Amino acid sequence: MHEMSLALAVVDQVQDAARAAGETGAAAPIAVESVALRVGELAGVVPDALQFCFELACEGTLLAGARLLTEQIPGRARCAPCVADWATGMPPDLNCPACGNGATQLTAGRELEIAEVRWSERARGATVEEA
Amino acid sequence: MCRVTELQQAVLAKNDHRAHTLRRELTSRRTAMVNLLSSPGSGKTALLEAELTEARERGVPVAALTADLATENDARRLARSGAPVKQVLTDGLCHLESEMLLAHLDGWLPDDTRLLFVENVGNLVCPAGYDLGESLRVALAAVTEGEDKPLKYPTAFGLAQLVVVTKYDLAEAAEFDRATFLANVRQVNPGVEVVFTSARRGQGVGLLLDRALAVANGAAAHQPVMAAPGPHAHSGPPAPAHSHGSGHIHEHAHGR
Repeated sequence: MHEMSLALAVVDQVQDAARAAGETGAAAPIAVESVALRVGELAGVVPDALQFCFELACEGTLLAGARLLTEQIPGRARCAPCVADWATGMPPDLNCPACGNGATQLTAGRELEIAEVRWSERARGATVEEA
Repeated sequence: MCRVTELQQAVLAKNDHRAHTLRRELTSRRTAMVNLLSSPGSGKTALLEAELTEARERGVPVAALTADLATENDARRLARSGAPVKQVLTDGLCHLESEMLLAHLDGWLPDDTRLLFVENVGNLVCPAGYDLGESLRVALAAVTEGEDKPLKYPTAFGLAQLVVVTKYDLAEAAEFDRATFLANVRQVNPGVEVVFTSARRGQGVGLLLDRALAVANGAAAHQPVMAAPGPHAHSGPPAPAHSHGSGHIHEHAHGR
């Protein structure tokens, strides 16, 4: 269950990004509405567990109450000599269905990325409860 | 008002960055780290003790760091080899991260160490996602764990640069089907080398040391298909013309 470590890493990076946004002179984000993640089928992450941990990890931070949106990316591999491309499935098959040799490359499926963050910038003077 | 920032950042970017830095530092002082991943009870410690002892006999400076949730039993076992050994207690955390490792290496790792073996927490799920700065990642499975282990834990076996089968002396009793195991490894990690060992009988002991030393001396480690270039790429030169000619799994059976 390393999803808590992952959730904490997400919160950490979003906080860094908020700080950076504040320093560039733009209106400092005061709350986070949502965080969108791209999670590959072969990333070894359980989205439900991550969802649960995310809520806990957000408590008491700028991200409190933020929604976690997870886009699942199916695994795909490619064989260059055959110009073939296939869905790896789970458990993945990383051998070319045409020639039987090992895939040249995994083209998708190992993603574990923060795609985008939606900040809310409440009107000046509004009560802000976040720490 | 709402604003959107496209971050496009790897969740583990900080871990990966520290791992890359550590790998560079270790390489510059001619040390290679070996990250050992397996289930609890697969025989990692027994094999590692034998490999450390072999290294001492050959005069190769080695060190080992062993991670567990609790107890210092493994460190005591490994220390019998005479190599410098350190126990890391993770206090319940299921995996090692590069920052934790850095803190433990600081001021402890002898300068002349050629190989640093890191025995990760016994777990095939969580440690798989964390680059520690290793130059060789090894996944181990005992013959008693079943031939489908690589399919059940595709990330651990798919990202391995060497697969070690342990307790091979029990293969017959466990009715271990070697061909099926090899086919399953090949499915998730075409081209990775698989070695068969029995620490109890001394079979294949020294192979892990040989492979690790080769990498420490600059040989390119196997580049798994699953280790897509990018944030999770391992050391070694990027291989754009990356090919798996035959796609064979290289087998090495010793003392059969």
